[in-house]
Amino acid sequence: MEFFHGVNVNWMGKAKYFVILSLLLLAVGWISIFRTVVVKHGTLYGIDFRGGTLVYVRFAGPAPIDQIRKGLQQAGLSNSTIQGISDTRSVGSQNDVVIGLEQGQSNESLDAGKQRILDVLQKTFGAAGSGKPDFNSVSAPALAADLTRKDPLSLGAAAGDRYTQLAARLLSARDTDHGGIVTSFDQLKSVEGATPTVVNSLSSDFSLSNFAIRDAEIVGPKVGSQLRRQAILATLYALGGMLVYIAFRFEWVYGAAAVIAVFHDVLITLGFFSLFHFEISLTVIAALLTLVGYSMNDTIVIFDRVRENLRLMRRESFPDIVNKSINQTLSRTILTSGLTFLTVLVLFLMGGEVLRGFSFAMVVGVVVGTYSSFGIAAPIVVVWNKYYGGQGNPIRAGSAAEKRAVVAAARR
Amino acid sequence: MNSQLKWKFVLILIVLVVCIYGVVGQPAFPTSLAQVKDNIAKRIQLGLDLKGGSHLVLQVQLEEAIGQRCDEAIDDLTKQLHDKNIGFGEIRRIDDTNILVRDLETNSSGAFRDLVTNQFPDWSMAPAAGETNGYQLTLKPSVIADLRQAAMNQTLETITRRINALGLTEPTIAFTGRGDDEILIQLPGVGDPTAAKEVIQAGGQLQLVRVADGPFRSEAEALAQHGGILPAGTIIVPGKSDSAGPSKDSGQLFYILDRIPIVTGQDLRSADANPSTEMPGQYEVDFKLSTTAAARFGPFTEAQAAIGGRMAVVLDHQVYEAATIQSRIEDSGRITGSFSQESAQNLALVLRAGALPASIKYLEERTVGPSLGADSIREGVRASLGSIMVVMIFLVIYYRLSGVNAVVALALNLVILVAFMAYVGAVLTLPGIAGVILTIGMGVDSNVLVFERIREELRNGKVPANAVSTGFDRAFLTIIDTHVTTVVSAVFLFLFGTGPVKGFAVTLVIGLIANVFTSIYVSRAIFDFHLSRMDRQAQLSI
Repeated sequence: MEFFHGVNVNWMGKAKYFVILSLLLLAVGWISIFRTVVVKHGTLYGIDFRGGTLVYVRFAGPAPIDQIRKGLQQAGLSNSTIQGISDTRSVGSQNDVVIGLEQGQSNESLDAGKQRILDVLQKTFGAAGSGKPDFNSVSAPALAADLTRKDPLSLGAAAGDRYTQLAARLLSARDTDHGGIVTSFDQLKSVEGATPTVVNSLSSDFSLSNFAIRDAEIVGPKVGSQLRRQAILATLYALGGMLVYIAFRFEWVYGAAAVIAVFHDVLITLGFFSLFHFEISLTVIAALLTLVGYSMNDTIVIFDRVRENLRLMRRESFPDIVNKSINQTLSRTILTSGLTFLTVLVLFLMGGEVLRGFSFAMVVGVVVGTYSSFGIAAPIVVVWNKYYGGQGNPIRAGSAAEKRAVVAAARR
Repeated sequence: MNSQLKWKFVLILIVLVVCIYGVVGQPAFPTSLAQVKDNIAKRIQLGLDLKGGSHLVLQVQLEEAIGQRCDEAIDDLTKQLHDKNIGFGEIRRIDDTNILVRDLETNSSGAFRDLVTNQFPDWSMAPAAGETNGYQLTLKPSVIADLRQAAMNQTLETITRRINALGLTEPTIAFTGRGDDEILIQLPGVGDPTAAKEVIQAGGQLQLVRVADGPFRSEAEALAQHGGILPAGTIIVPGKSDSAGPSKDSGQLFYILDRIPIVTGQDLRSADANPSTEMPGQYEVDFKLSTTAAARFGPFTEAQAAIGGRMAVVLDHQVYEAATIQSRIEDSGRITGSFSQESAQNLALVLRAGALPASIKYLEERTVGPSLGADSIREGVRASLGSIMVVMIFLVIYYRLSGVNAVVALALNLVILVAFMAYVGAVLTLPGIAGVILTIGMGVDSNVLVFERIREELRNGKVPANAVSTGFDRAFLTIIDTHVTTVVSAVFLFLFGTGPVKGFAVTLVIGLIANVFTSIYVSRAIFDFHLSRMDRQAQLSI
């Protein structure tokens, strides 16, 4: 099987359309960023980078968002945000919500906001007045301690770590099989070792609230700005490192062109993030770094071919050589990018909530990154070569391995 | 098969066996499928984001430790100046690292300078600006650096002892961050860190101090009793601010205590929580003193008992108990104050583990519930496996037999990556999975690069053997360039990035190195094996 054989497109002739396309894409995204940041005084940063409190709650049924909002407002938390989430488990109904709270007063303890949110949830949805601990939030040691004390299996001193293991199995059933929330103690009957006496003992000692805290994040303002600075610095250093390596292997203009191209990709992806209301978190930074890797990879494959063709085709003009190199590698470019796109699309659709921001960045990034290799990086080198390239071979002598490759090619 | 090729396969086989053993063969050699699964779960360490747990970052308030040194120096200096009869107007603390001595007697400047130079080597001295006969003492930067380092080390050790005493599994306690004052604590499996946080944060500074006077209803009342000036060497310390305390009269009490304690927490030999003998249902903490402390404590209590003196138990600058000393006490004491069993046990634990040199402040707190971690793993792994399957099927359809070759190379790449992570004990996190995905992408790319090049050479009319050899040679340079570029960036990310970014970089570097091996060395060997068995002019399945 074979696609894209014998393609002959004059890519460099279309360079100005590429520039217009890029500017359009940049404009769309960055107008959205401008709207968010300047007009609405919002931020693109997620909690990791701006500081604040985030509590991820799962409900047994569809999340009662209006009720939550009312409860939060009554507690004086009107500046909180509530966002419903569709989980892969409950397609169509939103059982999960994320409650966000801006940074509190600096003299408060760090987790004051989290405590207030928990209080509101407990007040609004907690098992009324039972006073028993909630099975959906009990920890393994606490559960094991309760079982050991009640000794429902009448093991006495022979219990050993039987109850510890039973507690672990019960919680694993709660967290893995029932998604972290048990609605009836009968659901635990299928657990190995959970005899009716055990289940009865549990139901007399514990209550079942219809919500569970899945995840809570509190980031202080200092940490937020520190993480932000560090992420930006690390990315810049990484880009610098790539520039130096490519400049060493090719010429500095190739390195500069490649880095400008990936920078362009990151800017466009950030614009799309704002457009589709995703927040920038630490995981998204990992995604941006991944797309930098992909885009760079694509660009280098084309540049490598240009370097090789420059030695073989001494008579042709530089833009023609670049065109030819892009066409020769087009089959590979489309295949690799297509497969990668498929991979991240699967991740976006199946990867669950936690990976959503990450996979969205990748879906956008793979497309933009592939395009920028021939649409941005290659034209930069061509334009530079036109004005400053001179007459000679723009590539300096390569390594011994490259020379061997050239000799082998010449012999053909 | 020629001998060179044979050795290649032997090497590949060794790598494969070592890797598979690394993942499934330890800690105990598996005899059943369940054991294999168990081993894999044990060998692949998951990050907190995948297995659930608490992640805390705290900041040590180092200025406190430095300020304390400043206060001690002021006390010491005042005493020495009195002893040496050097007259002065005032000794004042400017800030945490600066002391101002004003209006020294004109004729004793020399004696003062000698005293500071000889007795206070940690301080540098300069005439104070705007003072006629005053000096400013500044804590030397090297001393400040040492103090900070010592305080950080002591905090880390103390917190480690406390957390270990809590009996949590595999906690991580380490310095972190750019600043030199942050500590990271990771508690796997702890869904609610409230209890752990309290134990970590407790000050734990225990002092047994002589009571000079009190109690009083307010600080003002205490001062008024002494004509507005405290007796030398004493301070006002508030009573425990617990309205549910045993004292009937509500409201805060204040005591005037000696500044220098007789016994501190460092003199403790043991501390235990026990049911209270006087208050049923309540708990108290009983402690025993070390022999050296007891040698000090015995004579002191004997002397005080004779004159009806009183002693206070002070914990974190609050008086928990103040009582008249009845008789000589050798080496034991107790702290009461309406403790529950749990709070008494925690206090005993904190006392045993030692005091924090400075208070701490939490900067970051993340808790991942076990159910979310389980979901992330399931979804992440399912999505990754799903996409790998799609890619592999496509490769086989598009490149036929050569596609099978690529699938083998990809699978081997993953096995090496996982095994390497198991051997070096790297932690798999969510961003780490991102690194795995990029690795797979680049692995596919390497194979596609080679195959497309071989096809091109075949189109140019080469025989399969030559086409394969040229294809690999040509693609080799490109593959090296793309991989080295990415490894260079990953190294920078590892050096300058924070936790999640580091995890990404680690898996990426390992994956890329494995990829160069599989997509060039292994894939080439399989091609060569295939070519050696087929007719020289036969078609290559690509």
